[in-house]
Amino acid sequence: MQCAVVIFPGSNRERDVARALGEASGRAPHMVWHAERALPPNTDLVVLPGGFAHGDYLRCGAIAARSPIMDAVHRHAERGGLVLGICNGFQVLVESGLLPGVLMRNANLRFVCRMQHLRVERADTPFTNRYRKRQVIKVCVAHGEGNYIADAETIARLESDGRVAFRYCDPNGECGGAANPNGSMNDIAGLYSQRLNVLGLMPHPENLVDPLVGGTDGRGMFESLAALAAVA
Amino acid sequence: MRARVAVTLKTGILDPQGKAIEGALHGLGIEDVVSVRQGKIFDIELAVADRAAAEDSLRQACEKLLANMVIENYRIEIA
Repeated sequence: MQCAVVIFPGSNRERDVARALGEASGRAPHMVWHAERALPPNTDLVVLPGGFAHGDYLRCGAIAARSPIMDAVHRHAERGGLVLGICNGFQVLVESGLLPGVLMRNANLRFVCRMQHLRVERADTPFTNRYRKRQVIKVCVAHGEGNYIADAETIARLESDGRVAFRYCDPNGECGGAANPNGSMNDIAGLYSQRLNVLGLMPHPENLVDPLVGGTDGRGMFESLAALAAVA
Repeated sequence: MRARVAVTLKTGILDPQGKAIEGALHGLGIEDVVSVRQGKIFDIELAVADRAAAEDSLRQACEKLLANMVIENYRIEIA
């Protein structure tokens, strides 16, 4: 598994995700500066990490989405290559048009930083094959703009195509109410592209890979990706 | 040539920041305020003399970066 983690000015979770990927796959990812125009040869997975790229100026992810490296990320995705955007990386994916909709200011206007349960909506994708369908995992969220919005037609299409990756839920897997930290439509915490090769999610699985910090439920995602590369 | 671009949320898109500002204005006793929608203004200087060329560049700027066309509208005023 050859991974590339893109660093934008203001990214701050790139080392967390690099560590999670390195531990799962046994191979340290390449770190790629946003001003590059090409990805390292034979890249299987591109990660857009969390943080505050360009200080969240204009709109979260807006300036990063127009970075020189993003043309290469688009081409990689078009070829069927894997792309994972976490938190600010998810915001970059929607701003760049790789995923539909927008991430608005949290409905209660507050930055939310807490542990959060998620329901794994499908376990047959490159990102989730080490989880079970409808498994409830505990990771964390830390964002001010994670309120997923799209028009009714888009939401209906995402649902009918099975493109919701994760939903916010309570410890029992029930969605709605206080279990939704930001007001996202249909409790959407993460989304796939049409071909399931691009995943964007607001929560941080990369921060829950070590018992030292209170849980290891995030490991499944990186082990899924590593397992995929092992067969390929 | 100078221009001003205003980017605002489309009608029907919830604007929690505008709502918070509206609440604060009421808190200040400015009761006449019925609703507030907030947005952004960009003052832009262009190195073109031709109005049509300026408008074309500004339109591109808006659609490629300044506005997120999923949720926002833009308005261009050329001085």
